[in-house]
Amino acid sequence: MNEIGLGHYLSLGAIIFFLGIIGIFLNRKNVIVILMSVELILLAVNINLISFSIFSGDILGQIFTMLILTVAAAEAAIGLAIIVIYYRNKGSIRVEDIHGMKG
Amino acid sequence: MLAHSIFFYFFSVIAIFSSLMVITSRSTVNSVFFLILDFISVGCLFIMVGAEFLGMIILIVYVGAVAVLFLFVVMMLNVAEQKQSWFIGRQTSHIPSGLIVSILILLELLVVVGGWKYKDNLMSSSTLSLSNIPNTHQLGLVMYTEHILYFQLAGMILLLSMIGAILLTFRQRTGVKKQSYIKQISREPSSAVEIKEVEFNKGVKIDE
Repeated sequence: MNEIGLGHYLSLGAIIFFLGIIGIFLNRKNVIVILMSVELILLAVNINLISFSIFSGDILGQIFTMLILTVAAAEAAIGLAIIVIYYRNKGSIRVEDIHGMKG
Repeated sequence: MLAHSIFFYFFSVIAIFSSLMVITSRSTVNSVFFLILDFISVGCLFIMVGAEFLGMIILIVYVGAVAVLFLFVVMMLNVAEQKQSWFIGRQTSHIPSGLIVSILILLELLVVVGGWKYKDNLMSSSTLSLSNIPNTHQLGLVMYTEHILYFQLAGMILLLSMIGAILLTFRQRTGVKKQSYIKQISREPSSAVEIKEVEFNKGVKIDE
């Protein structure tokens, strides 16, 4: 069995990134799953940053990962607040029903 | 090294499976639970690769705060009847293009990873593996000195998002009785209490 190197972690990050993008494109159910896909994408970015930080020996990658973590938490809070007030006004958060700016 | 490989494959298979289930499971609550499983397995991977502090932070922030926030919102909104319907919808023309774009991005990423040429002295220029102080100590050494601006920027982002979330979900309800603090504080004895001289055998009329 091969030794686990940088490529393994980068491949894992690529696959999770891909699954997050598929989740954004193909979702028709509600906006919450799209937010969860965005969280998956940010997690994949974190995996890439941390593996590069460990394997190339620079601590700055981990500092930046903490910044991304902060942004992810803030984005989740704001996004969920927007979803809550949208549901309060319209009574539905299906992606198909959101076409208020369609003209 | 064999145990390292086995644990890596174990956690990464769980992570990939659970992120697949996040985007395909029929109920949103199940999606949130698989998201939690995904975060936990990736946190274990971080701990395994040597970034212990970030792994623990992932567990605390993502599993303890963000996923529970998702869970609260999913349970607050009545989305139980909105089941997953990928290929049954009014407009399904976006699905092939979405698949093509996602698969192209995956192929590009895998080509980049597969064609990666490592520098020969990659590990020899390392500062992390040579120093024998633990990971949290290293982070603390540089976080509050060299990268203090990043730290303060993160604090500002959190403050702004807190204000924004409170402001967005705040609403003034009508028909709810509340305390009026100004009214309560500005009450004085002269306006609230009336002193009367009570005559014998006659009493006092209240509410006259």
